[in-house]
Amino acid sequence: MSEVATQIKVPPVPAGLEREPLVNNNRSFGWISDRVSLITEGKTPKWWWAAFVPSIILLGLLGAMLFYQINTGVGVWGNHHPTMWGWDIINFVWWIGIGHAGTLISAILFLLRQRWRTAVNRAAEAMTIFAVMCAGIYPAMHVGRVWFDWWLFPIPTYQGLWPQFRSPLMWDVFAVSTYFTVSLLFWYVGLIPDLAMMRDRAKTKIKQFFYGLFALGWTGSNRHWSNYEKAYLILAGLSTPLVLSVHSIVSLDFAVSQLPGWHTTIFPPYFVAGAVFSGFGMVLTLLIPLRSMCHLEDIITMRHIDVMCKVTLATGCIVSYAYIMEFIIAWYSGSAMEKFHFMNRALGPMWWGWVMMMGCNMVVPQLFWFKKIRRNLVVVFILSIFVNIGMWFERFVIVVVGLYREFLPSSWDYYKPTWVDICTYLGTFGLFFTLFLLFMRFLPMIAVSEVKGVTPQADPHHPAAGGNGGHH
Amino acid sequence: MSANAKPYGLIAEFDTTTSVLHAAEKVRDAGFRKWDVFMPFPIHGMDKAMGLKNSKVGWFSFLGGVTGYATGMLMIWWMNAVDYQIIVGGKPMFSPHGAFPPSYELTILFGAFGAIGGMLFLNRLPKLHHPLLKHKRFALATHDKFFVVIETADPKYSETETRKLLEAAGSKRIELVEE
Repeated sequence: MSEVATQIKVPPVPAGLEREPLVNNNRSFGWISDRVSLITEGKTPKWWWAAFVPSIILLGLLGAMLFYQINTGVGVWGNHHPTMWGWDIINFVWWIGIGHAGTLISAILFLLRQRWRTAVNRAAEAMTIFAVMCAGIYPAMHVGRVWFDWWLFPIPTYQGLWPQFRSPLMWDVFAVSTYFTVSLLFWYVGLIPDLAMMRDRAKTKIKQFFYGLFALGWTGSNRHWSNYEKAYLILAGLSTPLVLSVHSIVSLDFAVSQLPGWHTTIFPPYFVAGAVFSGFGMVLTLLIPLRSMCHLEDIITMRHIDVMCKVTLATGCIVSYAYIMEFIIAWYSGSAMEKFHFMNRALGPMWWGWVMMMGCNMVVPQLFWFKKIRRNLVVVFILSIFVNIGMWFERFVIVVVGLYREFLPSSWDYYKPTWVDICTYLGTFGLFFTLFLLFMRFLPMIAVSEVKGVTPQADPHHPAAGGNGGHH
Repeated sequence: MSANAKPYGLIAEFDTTTSVLHAAEKVRDAGFRKWDVFMPFPIHGMDKAMGLKNSKVGWFSFLGGVTGYATGMLMIWWMNAVDYQIIVGGKPMFSPHGAFPPSYELTILFGAFGAIGGMLFLNRLPKLHHPLLKHKRFALATHDKFFVVIETADPKYSETETRKLLEAAGSKRIELVEE
């Protein structure tokens, strides 16, 4: 299919009006399909196996840990009085927060007409779905008797009992399950035209059958595109309030309680900003190696990395503001318990958690003010890992430091995770990377039809398409 | 497949978005009804060039959203205030505030079902078969080419006249597709 040139001729833009292009080297439509499809059609690269084998092993570790925990009970974790929420809730919030960047890119940036999103949205949405799957494991296991998880849903039972909807934990059930369902559907709807492309390129019967089945008979008809684009716009419009509500409701799990450090109205916006911050950290961690491994430098350009660093910086500044504001509120509240909690957070026995949080989330992202740093892939990659670590410590500070020194000093106790906590957490990385590696090997990792749509030759009025440069 | 296959329509290939957009305007102005443009990505302005009305998907989504919100509120009211009352912290049996978060999520969930279901229904998808998918060149409709197809079922269709129109619109490759 490559009888056509891989590059198109784009006439020079008048001086002063140049913008850094979204697709480098004036790539043609055909080049974009060929380049992206090569990841699934070419031979399995060695690095893929090198990443897949350890991921599968870690996934096995997750299975073993969950089996052990279900058989023995939640006592195998470090949770104990007064720290009844430990690594399980930290990791639940951490994983679900990571998912938020995917929805921000796919929905909010779509509504804001940020055309650069097309290069990264498919992979980021996949990241969202897999991260929510990892997150979902924790509350399901945390209830202790996993076999009663279905009591969380309003299903008529022999007991005639219903869930108690005044509890934020029930709100969480609805928020997280809706978030997972809608993210999956949004991702799938976006995939339909690209699955049709895979079907039309497929050389084997099996591929033709499976890509064809999931492409639903898509032909690229404009009568279809018209309804499709409207549905996509509505899904973006629905996902935007959804993503804002999910982490708000997660924060209400804390904020509706009466605990110092948790009972605060700043939590919903602060959690949402933190979630987007951590999610962009993970997007950068994933895409910086992938763009060079899969030779996608012309599609995920330095401009894309640069903009994502700026979003990380902006959300990092919002969480920094919240961290400082929490102290000011504690001082201004006049509540002895609040004041004690925040003094204990910074100067108590777990001061190191607070220092890690402040260092990684408040200080490190400030480096993104410098263009030299935003354009240095190695540095950005390292900084993105700091963001991931910092956001883990933020949840550690909220959950564990919020609990281990509660109202009665006689109840105080230090918290330590067990080996099961640590191995379960490592295991969720196995689940995440196994799914992500399978995704990138079998599905188009870049939203091909959307990237084609943002090239200069896609605009019928652009000189590159033969247009006269004017308007209708 | 019978030996004397019926023709489905004429397919005309175009290389650029500009040429296919202008061709669509010509076909629209000639008054055809059963015709379509096929392309690897949506071209801005094509709906207008084809004379299409605004998509009706929004209504399906709106109905879904209303259903979701009503389901949430009624379900929570009936479960916690009517069918099995549990007193928690002296709070009222039903309050719209406590019931709002799950109802809000159900609004979005059913709204999304409405949008996707409506899109598939209006597009008559999924479809297991389409005459164009058997046409060799048509595989490029998801790659880098643009196609205008006028069906034989259109009352204005005539093999010679329609072919002339498509030629005049600038297509260099026009073929007959079989049913």
